[in-house]
Amino acid sequence: MWQQFRNQLHPEGLEIVTVALETSGPEACRPYIEAAAPEHPSLIDQTHKTAELFGFVNIPNSVWIDEDGMIVRPAEAAPAPPSIERPARNAFAGVEPPEHLVEIAGEATKIRTTPAEYEAAVRDWVANGADSRFALTPDEVIARSQPRDDDAARGQAHFELAAYLEGQGHHDDAVPHYREAHRLMPDNFSYKRQAWSLEPSGGGLEGPVARFWQGPVEGSEDEWPYDGDWLRDVRAMGAENYYPGFTP
Amino acid sequence: MIVESLLMSRQAFEAGTGWQLKPEGACKGDVCIPLVDPPKGDTVDVASIAGQMGLPLVADENHPVWALGPDAVGSRTLVTAEAPPMTLPDLDGDPFELASLRGQKVLMIAWSPY
Repeated sequence: MWQQFRNQLHPEGLEIVTVALETSGPEACRPYIEAAAPEHPSLIDQTHKTAELFGFVNIPNSVWIDEDGMIVRPAEAAPAPPSIERPARNAFAGVEPPEHLVEIAGEATKIRTTPAEYEAAVRDWVANGADSRFALTPDEVIARSQPRDDDAARGQAHFELAAYLEGQGHHDDAVPHYREAHRLMPDNFSYKRQAWSLEPSGGGLEGPVARFWQGPVEGSEDEWPYDGDWLRDVRAMGAENYYPGFTP
Repeated sequence: MIVESLLMSRQAFEAGTGWQLKPEGACKGDVCIPLVDPPKGDTVDVASIAGQMGLPLVADENHPVWALGPDAVGSRTLVTAEAPPMTLPDLDGDPFELASLRGQKVLMIAWSPY
């Protein structure tokens, strides 16, 4: 998908870089990357260091960087470009989806994105560069970058430690640090989704789709190590607030 | 930044945090954090400088490893609009440096398999 978008805009001077946020490492990303066959750089960020460097708080998120290496738009929601045709993704093909995933899918339909506005803005920037009204000044970029207070900074340190321990095979030791990261940075959904997706799924699911369970398993609720889970947190915040709308 | 020893080289500290240790303090872009007791020589006492800069240093109970968190200067993620240096591996483990794309516009997109 991003590869097709890149094919259109690369001749005009745009390069795309995708970064997979995945503490369990590259193998979980491989099927997706190999299917996409990107000609652009496609990187693996095992400690979510781009979250700390750029302010990613959910996925997909983007930053725009100009020819001189200046950020012209800080981290924001980056919905897929609607002009690019892509095969309907049915993660449950051939599987009778368990009720829990039906509930998640139902909640997900309430998530609002602004893909047309976002795509038009990218195209405008590629065509007009610094003259694009979507290219922000350095002061605006700093002011619009994600808030970070002392709690958030400490939360990011806990997440990085969790990711390191996960990568070393110490999942049980990582969990308390994921929990602290969630407590200190409650609005960071990639930190939550990452941790939730590493827990066992229910419904007899296997393979990539099992990563989307992200909640307690019926009958084993006591084993769920987190205070929140995807359904509970999204319902609490309101699915319509999951991604902020595009601000020109 | 993951810290496996609380004494590290000045170079590793600067590369890992993005803050340069100068006579006037720890600096990134135009922003400097004054240091009361700046490191002398090539070795940095991470706990001391973290305290002076207000960076969180988080320990683990079971493993001799720490994480040094970012600054909260200006209460924002970015203190400068200059893209920070960033090197990450691709699927085959080959490192890729973001700065190698200077001269092109870059749309960097974070995604995940979850």
